[in-house]
Amino acid sequence: MKHLALATGLFAASTAMAADRPILTVYTYDSFVSDWGPGPAVEAAFEQTCGCDLQFVGAGDGAALLARLRLEAGRSPADVVLGLDTNLMAAATETGLFAPHGLQPDLSLPIAWDDAVFLPFDWGYFAFVKNADLPAPSNFRDLAESDLKIIIQDPRSSTPGLGLVMWVKAAYGDQAGEIWQALADNIVSVTPGWSEAYGLFLEGEADMVLSYTTSPAYHLIAESDASKAAAAFDEGHYMQVEVAAKLAGSDQPELADQFMRFMLTDAFQSIIPTTNWMYPAKTPSTGLPAGFETLITPAKSLLLSPQQAGALRDAAISEWRNALAR
Amino acid sequence: MLQLDQVRITLGDFTLSANFTLQSGEKLALIGPSGAGKSTLLAAIAGFQPLTSGRILWRDQPLHSQPPAARPVSILFQDNNLFGHLTLAQNLGLGLRPTLRHSAAEQQQIDAALKRVGLAGMGARRPADLSGGQQSRAALARVLLQRRPVLLLDEPFAALGPALRADMLDLVAELTTEAAITLIMVTHAPEDARRLCPLCTLVAEGQAQPPVGTGALIDTPPAALRAYLGSPPAP
Amino acid sequence: MPTVRSLPEWPGWVAGLFLAVFLTLPMAAVLWHAGGGSAPQPADWAALRFTVLQALISAGVSVALAIPVARALSRRQFRGRALLLGLMGAPFILPVIVAILGLIAVFGRAGWLNQILATLSLPQLQIYGLHGVVLAHVFFNLPLATRMILQGWQAVPAERFRLAASLGMGRSMVFRIIEWPMLRGVAPGAFAVIFAICLSSFAVALVLGGGPRATTLELAIYQAFRFDFDLGRAAMLAGIQLALVALATALALRFGGVVHGLAGGQGRPPLRPEAAQPLLRLWDGALIGLVAAFLLAPLIAVVLRGAPALLALPWPVWKAALVSLSVALAATGLCMGLACALAITALRRTGLELLAIGGLALSPLVVGTGVFLLVNPWANPTALALPVTVVVNAVMALPFALRLILPRLRQIEASQGRLADSLGLQGVARLRWLLWPQLKPALGFAAGLAAALSMGDLGVIALFSDPQHATLPLQVLRLIGAYRTEAAAGAGLLLLMCSFGLFWLFDRGGRHAAA
Repeated sequence: MKHLALATGLFAASTAMAADRPILTVYTYDSFVSDWGPGPAVEAAFEQTCGCDLQFVGAGDGAALLARLRLEAGRSPADVVLGLDTNLMAAATETGLFAPHGLQPDLSLPIAWDDAVFLPFDWGYFAFVKNADLPAPSNFRDLAESDLKIIIQDPRSSTPGLGLVMWVKAAYGDQAGEIWQALADNIVSVTPGWSEAYGLFLEGEADMVLSYTTSPAYHLIAESDASKAAAAFDEGHYMQVEVAAKLAGSDQPELADQFMRFMLTDAFQSIIPTTNWMYPAKTPSTGLPAGFETLITPAKSLLLSPQQAGALRDAAISEWRNALAR
Repeated sequence: MLQLDQVRITLGDFTLSANFTLQSGEKLALIGPSGAGKSTLLAAIAGFQPLTSGRILWRDQPLHSQPPAARPVSILFQDNNLFGHLTLAQNLGLGLRPTLRHSAAEQQQIDAALKRVGLAGMGARRPADLSGGQQSRAALARVLLQRRPVLLLDEPFAALGPALRADMLDLVAELTTEAAITLIMVTHAPEDARRLCPLCTLVAEGQAQPPVGTGALIDTPPAALRAYLGSPPAP
Repeated sequence: MPTVRSLPEWPGWVAGLFLAVFLTLPMAAVLWHAGGGSAPQPADWAALRFTVLQALISAGVSVALAIPVARALSRRQFRGRALLLGLMGAPFILPVIVAILGLIAVFGRAGWLNQILATLSLPQLQIYGLHGVVLAHVFFNLPLATRMILQGWQAVPAERFRLAASLGMGRSMVFRIIEWPMLRGVAPGAFAVIFAICLSSFAVALVLGGGPRATTLELAIYQAFRFDFDLGRAAMLAGIQLALVALATALALRFGGVVHGLAGGQGRPPLRPEAAQPLLRLWDGALIGLVAAFLLAPLIAVVLRGAPALLALPWPVWKAALVSLSVALAATGLCMGLACALAITALRRTGLELLAIGGLALSPLVVGTGVFLLVNPWANPTALALPVTVVVNAVMALPFALRLILPRLRQIEASQGRLADSLGLQGVARLRWLLWPQLKPALGFAAGLAAALSMGDLGVIALFSDPQHATLPLQVLRLIGAYRTEAAAGAGLLLLMCSFGLFWLFDRGGRHAAA
């Protein structure tokens, strides 16, 4: 029953009313606004320049954000939504709730980005994280043949879980079902969210856990612990690109535009690596924090377009479900 | 012969000692203030209350380390003497053998016992269908079937009206006399003691006094009993 | 049952109406917004089957194990018995994620048990699968079942056991004549409550179930929301869940006898001569020891893991603890008010008790969305985050509180109600002089349980989070989400301590005041 991130957003509160400064309301996911996320630093940095009151409203995860905007149906107090990802973009576009950002940014993504509405603020690669000394398989087929135990997340309730299903689909297409059947005996547990999975992995319940290539950076930088590493897969790694967009119904359109521009400045982007533990969408002029150079760099980046992802999703999940339910 | 030899029971700061002998077939009333330990003494004889020291002997054989069922003792409590979900016949049958299946011969014994206490033909009924007096009779009928030489009564008739109670005491008198059963009865009513039990023991101030004649005790009560009975003796 | 209306019934009706509205209106709002219900999909039916299956097995195993354990506890007196009974309540009030990590530390692949097995060269135990789900649910619910059934044993008059001993009944006859009829009255109620609790299981089932086979209704509701934004289907599924719980409870009330409360279990057990054999004593001792180890080992794991980080916890965690404590206290107050009003009216209208059970079947997601839809046109739902949390927690703890209070109230009214009537004790005087002094222990226990459940969140607090007023269970999740596992373990321990502290204070307050 825990971690029903979706509904979290429904009742998330905003900060107290500011005196006379205009208020910019940004909907984002819960871990962004938590005391250990980027939210507090981003708020302070933006308020230094905008002469406004930036109010974050935390709402579960990306899917919860979108659900809340749909429930509010055009009457939303939100000016900007920050934290959707490519899997949600098709559905988000359909709602017609968002306005073009009008920017032509120079991004540091390994892929081309030309969406007129959604603007990336960070990105990462999904990967299996393991102990550094474990000889890791170099692709899904090797993994399936090994005796290694893995923990993954449920695609129906978790962003990485869905990312993995899309990863296998993008890499193997029609053979995805086969891969899942072969992987079935390696999977120890399928958790509802990332937190449970990573917690179980740290307890020693599995050899590898589905997470991000950037996860070892946390242990290295925050804990001076070099014992974790990500396994590099030669069929490529699926990407997660996290995006923001301006609401068409915003009552502070200029301020919203200002925030979207701010989002790609160094002030915002330099906060991301060591709070969200993802790659910044535009590498700051000072570069990445020390430690990030130790992370693996996938030879190939996989990402389905929002339209492809939307079209494939239901079938890919059925395939996953049927293979594992045997 | 039931012998309480230097019996001592300690429960926290409560103590009770008893040291007396009762001949077979004698009838003894335990009388005394509430909380003095009358029921505790019965529980000790029946095997529900371990002794701190001393011995209980029946015909010179020690009883006090035997389990309740192995003692030559049957007991009736104030309440809960019958199982509400069993029929009278089943309740009585438990006195013969602790099972619910009984042979034809045993059935006859059960019917006879019911008849003896005036409940003939009521074997199929359940306790809830009976009056209080009838329930007491049924419990007594089971005592008959148990055929134990000692019967302990812990005020089982306290809730009955005076006439009914007198009837029950007379029935107990008849039954115990017929079978030469040794009786020990806890009571609050001096007239009950007088009606049924030639012997009487005062339980008070941590001690069960040696038995004396009931009439004499009640007519010229010692101080502790006088306080309990509450009525000053005639000058 | 009282013959005179000596206490007003209208507060109970108001509480009942409030409850009925709260259970159905959000669901109706979701349905209305969706423009009607939509049919569940084939995968939803599979989820329904698994949900019912795991709940049946979990409830069955919990009750089947609770019977011998309660029997052993009912006939043994030992040092620390009261403490053990108190600690046994702990798994029930543990937040799910903390409990899962505790269970894994003991039963997981790298857990204590497997380490012991490995040193003995014995095969390893695999926790993931249906049996893991059942294991976890038994861990949560065995104490509850044991308390309920032990209550049944303690309601048997001591004379019954003495009479049985005097008649020479062996253990099997004591079981047939005394214990079985009692169990027939008590066990179905315990089964129904645990079945209802397990029906709404979500994280436990998925994590330990080991895969999509272990999909429960709650996850199907989640999926309907998240992917398809199919509110109609989500509301339908929530309705099915509510109907199942109502059905289970109705069956239990029909086939079971009086459902006993959870209170008690602290008294001195009667002497049980039929159980005085050394072998049996050994068996009972072994059974109690095993169950204590099963229930306490994961708690010990939680304490060991959390202790090092406890004092170094950052300020936001302490702040969240304060928020959680306030929410818990407010929810307890509301829950007790509702429970007392309902209990008085339910003396004569037993159907009200059924209504309260509905709290067990609430789908947090659907209730949250429904309330959002209802509030949004009128007020900023954000501002109502904490009040809504308080109400949801109160409603979810209500079935337990009512179950504790109602049987005791019935008992008091049955034994002294007429006396009080004849003395003209009515209204406030009756509450003050008849009920309050005698109900206090049950009220204290119920309040303690409600506070602890609300603190540990019963699965809803996470729904109503907000950045400024995060609750402690949410902070635990956030810490894990931010890779800070050690701090999360510390915060989990703090949560456990707060839950226990609240429970202990209320329970003790009730008993102390009564003495």
